[in-house]
Amino acid sequence: MEFIYYFGDVFSPLSFLLLLCGTIGGLILGATPGLSPTMAVALLIPFTFHLEAVQGLILLGAAYTSTVAGGAVSAILLKIPGAPANIATTLDGHKMAKQGQGAKALQLSFLASAAGGIFGVLLLIFLTPLLAEWALAFGPSHLFWLAILGVTVIGSLDSASVVKGLLSGCMGLWLATIGFDDIMGAQRFIFHPSLGGGINIIAALIGLFAIPQVLTMFAKGRRTTGAEVIEVQKHSVLDATRELFRRPRALGIGTITGSIIGLIPGVGGQIAGLVAYDQTKKFSSEKEKFGKGHSEGVIAAEAANNAMVGPSLVPLLTLSIPGSPTAAVLLGGLLIHGIFPGSDLFDNHPDVAWTFINSMLVGQVLMCLFGLYVAGLAARVAQVPQSVMAAIVLALSVFGAYSVQSSMGDVYVMACLGIGMYFLERFGFSAAPLVLGLILGPIAEANFIQGGMIADATVGKASYFLTGGLNIILIAVVVASIAYSAWMELRSRRYTTKEEAQA
Amino acid sequence: MNRSQHILGSGLVFAVGIWVTWVSYTQQPSEAFLFPRLIASVFLVLAGWTFGKAVMGLSKVGSGVSRTMFLNMVPGLAVMLVYVFWAAKALGFYTATAIGFFILLSLYDPAPHSEGKTWIRRALITAVFVAVMYGLFAKLLSVYTPREILF
Repeated sequence: MEFIYYFGDVFSPLSFLLLLCGTIGGLILGATPGLSPTMAVALLIPFTFHLEAVQGLILLGAAYTSTVAGGAVSAILLKIPGAPANIATTLDGHKMAKQGQGAKALQLSFLASAAGGIFGVLLLIFLTPLLAEWALAFGPSHLFWLAILGVTVIGSLDSASVVKGLLSGCMGLWLATIGFDDIMGAQRFIFHPSLGGGINIIAALIGLFAIPQVLTMFAKGRRTTGAEVIEVQKHSVLDATRELFRRPRALGIGTITGSIIGLIPGVGGQIAGLVAYDQTKKFSSEKEKFGKGHSEGVIAAEAANNAMVGPSLVPLLTLSIPGSPTAAVLLGGLLIHGIFPGSDLFDNHPDVAWTFINSMLVGQVLMCLFGLYVAGLAARVAQVPQSVMAAIVLALSVFGAYSVQSSMGDVYVMACLGIGMYFLERFGFSAAPLVLGLILGPIAEANFIQGGMIADATVGKASYFLTGGLNIILIAVVVASIAYSAWMELRSRRYTTKEEAQA
Repeated sequence: MNRSQHILGSGLVFAVGIWVTWVSYTQQPSEAFLFPRLIASVFLVLAGWTFGKAVMGLSKVGSGVSRTMFLNMVPGLAVMLVYVFWAAKALGFYTATAIGFFILLSLYDPAPHSEGKTWIRRALITAVFVAVMYGLFAKLLSVYTPREILF
C-alpha cells in the first residue's frame, strides 16, 4: 500500500497541470488519424528534458492513456480509428452515431475506458512490486535472455511475417552496437561522424515512429480526410452511466481480456479490443445486434484497449522489458533522466515510480471527465488536412531530435532511420521489434559480456547461459513464441491460399 | 506487389547483413565484436532467408510502393531532404521551417491553388505555426538552434 503515501504528489500544482495538459492534448492527438499513441509519446519526450523525471513521466503517461481513449472519437464520429486499438470501437460506435446516438456512444466509450483503465492501473499497482522483488533474483544470464525474449516476442507476435519481425529485431540489436564499445573503447560500425556517439535512442524513436507517418501522408497526395463529422446530440451522462452498469458482462469481459492481453509483451491494444469484442459477442444474449450499433460492442472494445495500458507497463517497470512500442518509448523517457526500471526504481526512486503510477490512476478519471467535452473539438481536429499534419509532425521531429543534445547529427540519424523505416515497412518489416532491439541491445550486450566473464571463471559459457531452471524457462518462452507465430502465419497463409483457390 | 521490388528491398537488407557480418568478424579487437558477431550471424541467416524467398517469388508480406504513391511522395520527400540536410543548418531552423512548412502545405493542401484566399490561409497557418514553435523551443524550453538568417 506504499502507493497511497505518494498519492498527494500527483496534485502538486505543476504535476497536476502537466497531467491535465497531457490528458487533453492526448485526447486531441489520439483523435487525429495517423498520429499513433506511440508517435505522440515519442514527439513529447523532448518536452520532458527540462522537467523533473516524475513530471516528465506524468506528461508521457497521461498522453499514452488519453491517446488510446481519444482514438475512439474519430472511430465513432468519422469511422476512422484514431489508433489501431480503436478498430473494434468503429464496428458499433459509428453505427450508433449514424443512428443519432453519437453522444451516448462517446460517453459509453469514455466511461468504459476509465473503468477498464482504472482496473488495469490497479493491476499495475499490485503486481509491480511483487515482480520487482522477484526480479532481484535475476543474474546476467537471465537478464540477457529476458532482453532477447523482449525482442523475439515482439518480433514474432507484432509482425505479419515472423522472419521479417525477427530480422527487424536483429537490425535494432545491431544498431544498438554502433559507436564506441563500453569495455574496450573500440570503434564499431562508425561509418559517418554523426554516429560517433552511437545512435541516440530518442532521436531514433522520433525518426522510426514519426517520419514513416509523414511519408505515408505524403504518399496519399493532395487528399482530404473524406470523412464527415456526425453531429452529436445531447445525451445525459447519468443515463450513459446507468447503461454501462446494465452491461456488466461486456464491461467485465473487456476489462479482464484487456488486462490479460496487456501483460503479454507485444500483443497490443488492437488485439485486446478485437478479442474482447469477439468474446462479448459470443457470450451475449443479443448477438444479432452486434455490428448494428450495439452499446455492448463499444463498451467491451474501449474497456479492453484502456485496460491493457496499465498491465503493459508491468514488464517495463519490473524487468526493464517494454511490453509494447509505447512502453519502449516510455523507457526512453526514463533512461534520459538516468532512471533504470526494476527493483532500483522502487528502492531508490519510489517517489518517481509511485507518483507516475498514481498519476495514471488520476489520469483515467480526468480523461473520462474531459473526454466528453473535448470530443467535439477533437473530431474537428481529426479533419485537419493531412498536408498540415505532415508538415507539423516533420517540423516537430526535427526540433525534437535536435533538442536532445543540440546536435545536427541526431537530426540526420533521425531522418535516415525514418526514411529507411518507411520503405522497410512497405516491404513487411516492423518498427516495433527494431525499436525494442535498439533499446534492449545495450542491456543484452552488457549482461552477455558480464555473464561471459562469470562463466569463464566458473562453469563455462554453454552451461552458464543454457542450463538452470530460469534460463531454460526463458529459452522455452523464446522458442514457443517464435514457433506459435510461425504456426499462425503458416495457417493463415494456407487459408489465404484456399480462399484464393476458391476465388 | 511487384516481385522485383521485394528482391530490391530484401536484397538491400541482405547486403547490409553481409557488410555487418564481414565487419564483425574482421575488425579488431575481437573481444569488442563478440556480441555484434552473435547478432550479425542471426541477421545474415534471416536476411538470406528473406532474400531467397523474394528471389523465388514467395514473399507475401508487404504491399510495396506503387507508382502513384511514389510520385505523390517524391516532392514531399525532396523538400524534407533539403530541409533536414541543408536548409535547417544553412538558413537557421526557424527560417527553414517557415519555408519548408509553407512549401509542403502548398504541395499537399487539397484546396485549389488558383484562389488568392487559399494562399493567404497557408501563409497565416505557417506564420502561426512558426511563432508557436519559436515560443515553445526558443522561449519555453530554451533550446539553442542554429540561426543564420532572420532569427
